[in-house]
Amino acid sequence: MMSALPSALPPTAPLRDPAALSRAGWTLAALLVLWPLLHIAQFRPGDLFDARNLKVMGNFVGQFFPPNTSPEFLGFAFKATLETLAMATAGIALAMLLAVPLGLALSHSLSISRIGPGPGRGLGEVIRAATRFVLLVLRGIPEIVWALLLVRAFGLGPAAGVLAVAVTYGGMLGKVYSEILESGDTRPARALLESGSGRLMAFFYGLLPGSAQELASYTVYRWECAVRASVIMGFVGAGGLGQLMDQSMKMLNGGEVSSILIIFLLLVLLADAISVAIRRLLA
Amino acid sequence: MSSISLAERRQAMGFCIYCWLGLASLVVVVWASFAYLSLDPMRLFTAESRGYMGDFVRRFFPPDFSADYLQRIGKGALETLAISAIGTLIAAAAGLLLALPASGRFGGVAKSLTRFLLNFLRSVPELVWAALMVLAAGLGPFAGTLALALHTTGVLGRLFAESLENAPREPALALVESGAPATLVFVYGTLPLVTPQLIAYSLYRWEMNIRMATILGFVGAGGLGQMLYYELSLLHEAQASSVIMAMLALVVVVDAVSAWVRRGQIRAGG
Repeated sequence: MMSALPSALPPTAPLRDPAALSRAGWTLAALLVLWPLLHIAQFRPGDLFDARNLKVMGNFVGQFFPPNTSPEFLGFAFKATLETLAMATAGIALAMLLAVPLGLALSHSLSISRIGPGPGRGLGEVIRAATRFVLLVLRGIPEIVWALLLVRAFGLGPAAGVLAVAVTYGGMLGKVYSEILESGDTRPARALLESGSGRLMAFFYGLLPGSAQELASYTVYRWECAVRASVIMGFVGAGGLGQLMDQSMKMLNGGEVSSILIIFLLLVLLADAISVAIRRLLA
Repeated sequence: MSSISLAERRQAMGFCIYCWLGLASLVVVVWASFAYLSLDPMRLFTAESRGYMGDFVRRFFPPDFSADYLQRIGKGALETLAISAIGTLIAAAAGLLLALPASGRFGGVAKSLTRFLLNFLRSVPELVWAALMVLAAGLGPFAGTLALALHTTGVLGRLFAESLENAPREPALALVESGAPATLVFVYGTLPLVTPQLIAYSLYRWEMNIRMATILGFVGAGGLGQMLYYELSLLHEAQASSVIMAMLALVVVVDAVSAWVRRGQIRAGG
């Protein structure tokens, strides 16, 4: 086998990669696109080694060790951590209040007019399209943008963060709730609707028993995401651990920043563990 | 209805003590959260706060759609795209380099060290990296690019290492046995097998990074976020609302393109 292969080729055939030409072409095209992008992104690695930047960064990172462990600071950090957890929990609770009616309105499995060509079908589709648009706007604008806007309306502090979580996650949960309700077994709800029950009763007795577990476990997963988002939102003044980190960074206090980073990593691990545990209980 | 006994009804409703205990503790936790933050959700629905919110929202309309400003938004959006593209590209290259030791090609010590590094890069959020990079590289889009590159290197490095570990070994072994040097074995024996997966992962992260790049500007790292932050601090609500609409449009377009590409892949059997 090994000796058969070379003899099939002419002895002078150069060893070359058959795909070389197309690869070179793609690389060239990629470089042509990349060049203006590098320019737009102001890609200047030299800036990293600018003497002034190096000094600021060196001093700052030098302070990371040891992390600040004074009882007073840790007390602050503990309060901020509780605040972050409370923000995520309260935010998700409000998000559910928003998501359940919107999700039910959007779900096709609770549509009476879809069963047969009945009256109100056009109106139903209009309401559904409007709901879909509202949900898209709610979740399409990132939570930190909502937080930045709400901080201006409600002042600095956790209220803006809670509402930002409520709005963004309300949009996400509403969309996914309606998808979960449509993906499960919709026949019981349809039978109830056909025999004349109302939409809410059809939801409670026909859809909820089959999909409650999935709905709950998705909500818990989103709570875990909201914990992470709540930390980040502090950077625009919405309270919690992020606001503390923002303050420490502005004062270039490396020791505090490294403690907060460690606390943040532990908080994310904790939220992850809680979410996995609850979801396992639900399963 | 009356022929159903209470016990049967309970059974039909799936009554269980643990469910009720769980629900009750959930209510307590939510109530405690509101109490800890001293928030009263009912206050949102008073006439006074409704009027206040109405005024606040009204200031954002009509948005500034003058040709001049739209051009600036276009520039900001392009900057956001450039930040995300370059950041993801650097991350893909660095991720591949780090994935080699992380997939155990250079021994166990190198493997656990690079895994630790990748986990660290991944667990620090993009916005925190951006705040740090603004100190290291100055204000502007370059800091945002570096921030995305650092975080995404952690994510992609780990995913790449897993693909390398799971790639079939036979082609590489065949090359090794015929005497090819290690670099060529990797380039011709392993890389072609995992390339589609690496590209898919990178495109997926690029999609997420476009969304992330729109907000990194809040800490001064360029793009649409920096424009929004700037306009809001000057109380230019009309301009801010056009920037927000541009952000929304960017997210919707990216979502639609990615859904379209994914559908195409499924149809092509990829």
